[in-house]
Amino acid sequence: MADLSVNICGVDFKNPVIPASGTFGYGREYEHLFSLEKLGGISVKGTTLKKRTGNLPPRIAETPAGMLNSVGLQNPGIDHFIEEELPYLLTKNTVIIANIAGADVEECVQIAEKLEGTQVHMIELNISCPNVKQGGAAFGTSCSMASQVTKSVRNATTKPLIVKLSPNVTDITEIARAVESEGADAVSLINTLMGMRIDINTRRPVLHNNVGGFSGPAVFPVAVRMVWQTANAVKIPVIGMGGISSGEDAIEMMMAGASAVQVGAVTFSDPFAPVRIISEIDEFLNRKNIDSVRDIVGTVKPW
Amino acid sequence: MNFVQGKFFITEKTAVAKQIYSFRIECPEVVKIACAGQFVHIKADGFLLRRPISICGLDREKGLLRIVFEVRGKGTDKLSQLNKGDFMDIIAPLGHGFTVNRDYKKVVLIGGGIGTPPMLPLAEIYGDRATVITGFRNSGAVILQEDFGKTGAETVLCTDDGSAGVHGFVTEPLAEILKKNGADMVYACGPAPMLKKVSEICREKNIPCEISLEERMACGVGACLGCACRIKKNGEEVFAHVCKDGPVFNAEEVLW
Ligand SMILES: Cc1cc2nc3c(=O)[nH]c(=O)nc-3n(C[C@H](O)[C@H](O)[C@H](O)COP(=O)(O)OP(=O)(O)OC[C@H]3O[C@@H](n4cnc5c(N)ncnc54)[C@H](O)[C@@H]3O)c2cc1C
Ligand SMILES: Cc1cc2nc3c(=O)[nH]c(=O)nc-3n(C[C@H](O)[C@H](O)[C@H](O)COP(=O)(O)O)c2cc1C
Ligand code: FES
Repeated sequence: MADLSVNICGVDFKNPVIPASGTFGYGREYEHLFSLEKLGGISVKGTTLKKRTGNLPPRIAETPAGMLNSVGLQNPGIDHFIEEELPYLLTKNTVIIANIAGADVEECVQIAEKLEGTQVHMIELNISCPNVKQGGAAFGTSCSMASQVTKSVRNATTKPLIVKLSPNVTDITEIARAVESEGADAVSLINTLMGMRIDINTRRPVLHNNVGGFSGPAVFPVAVRMVWQTANAVKIPVIGMGGISSGEDAIEMMMAGASAVQVGAVTFSDPFAPVRIISEIDEFLNRKNIDSVRDIVGTVKPW
Repeated sequence: MNFVQGKFFITEKTAVAKQIYSFRIECPEVVKIACAGQFVHIKADGFLLRRPISICGLDREKGLLRIVFEVRGKGTDKLSQLNKGDFMDIIAPLGHGFTVNRDYKKVVLIGGGIGTPPMLPLAEIYGDRATVITGFRNSGAVILQEDFGKTGAETVLCTDDGSAGVHGFVTEPLAEILKKNGADMVYACGPAPMLKKVSEICREKNIPCEISLEERMACGVGACLGCACRIKKNGEEVFAHVCKDGPVFNAEEVLW
């Protein structure tokens, strides 16, 4: 058995596999299938200051090897999260990452302040949700906005701060550098790409929101490329995600420069995917006689 | 809610109408805990998202689960290519099923088209205390009549074009039966316009009604919040989730 542990911004993970925000709820559902303790960490459903009802259905569309979603950050609000979900999650002996989003800088700051008094291990500031009208993607697609929100949240929290980046930009490294210089401890990427499907019989978009976030195996090469570019541009750790569906994908993402990975849409297909990926990573390392998963991070040998 | 995921042996496959298939799958652990109105989430090879299909039969003795589905698109087409002796990858049982009350003396079950399968387990429970009204496009689309007959329930068959049974929609016999005999409960599954009409008829007559809804799903277990539907709870409009809070809802709560 290889050493699967990683350390990101001072936080120890027993392995590098983390279910991605919005695809794993608060873990309660999947606990029927496996113990959450097996996971490196859990990035919980994106949480806003006040409860949000989300977008009108349909919210899901299928694509070749992928899917679109327009859930629209439906969540019960930060107070509910802190009172009802977090205490339970903290008993699970895994790293709990609070994924947060706000309509403006002030809201993000207030959420971070509320989390300051809790035992949550890390904050993942989502500046890239494509499914909400205000804030969300607007933060993630402009360097000055990304800097401003990172700086303000940085000042409001002592927790390790991950900033989650949007792929819907011309140059993701610019944004990554901007948030690094404002004190982000790590970046995670990619959030979903913007996509659209149309029902040709009704001429209606499949999603009621018309457009939505594209994820799943289809986006994997885009994600690997962006993780590689970002890892080369910043010194802080990169958490890679987007289309990972196997241990080999996770290894590829880590070779591109990711210190850990998040696993999202594939869980809908195979609910055991996060734990399967952990054992597949282990098998690969054993097969190649590699002692530690940390030894593969960023080891791609570009031409 | 308790559920399992696994690959289960297909013991029987039959075509029950054009492009409509019935499968029996051996999965005692699912059958033991499943109830009428719940669904199974099926992996179709080559597709990211699973397909939700209602439970159409629970043979508790033999541990067999039955589903009946129509080929609607690429995923169900792929599933229809499975055969006896293959394995079907399912997550089940999922969702919140129908409320069953063994004291009810008279219930009406309504199935529209491919919404008919989830009514069969209810007919098996209520037997001759049930009246089953099913409606189909035409005689070629009619399914499960023999199975309903075997339960002892009274059956009324309708077709839109009159090519089998009564000419017309299920809502006409429903209104008549409720007027004549009343009912303790009405259960329905089918296309949305039919469910809406059934709900209205029941509301007028003050008869409780449960309906099974459809929505596009990803996880199927309540984690992704993809399968939202608008309902009214304690006077407040909220999004419930078809895979976890449903698929069966109290008709009074549903906002159309
Ligand atoms: C709770 C529930 C129970 C169901 N029970 C049955 C049943 O017993 N028998 C039966 O024949 N059908 C049933 N359906 C409908 C069935 O799920 C769809 O016909 C099927 O998903 C279509 O898949 P496809 O690949 O053929 O179509 P495609 O159009 O290729 O599918 C594309 C995507 O849209 C989704 N989708 C398309 N139509 C529907 C729909 N009506 N409802 C939900 N998702 C849809 C698919 O799951 C897939 O993700 C049920 C649906 C739900 C929600
Ligand atoms: C249904 C759904 C809901 C999501 N909700 C959130 C969210 O609340 N916050 C967030 O930062 N990312 C959210 N995401 C994005 C994922 O966390 C992830 O970045 C993306 O899906 C790419 O990974 P994947 O291809 O493995 O799914 C969501 C994705 C999906 C599919
Ligand atoms: S399909 Fe994921 S919550 Fe219902």
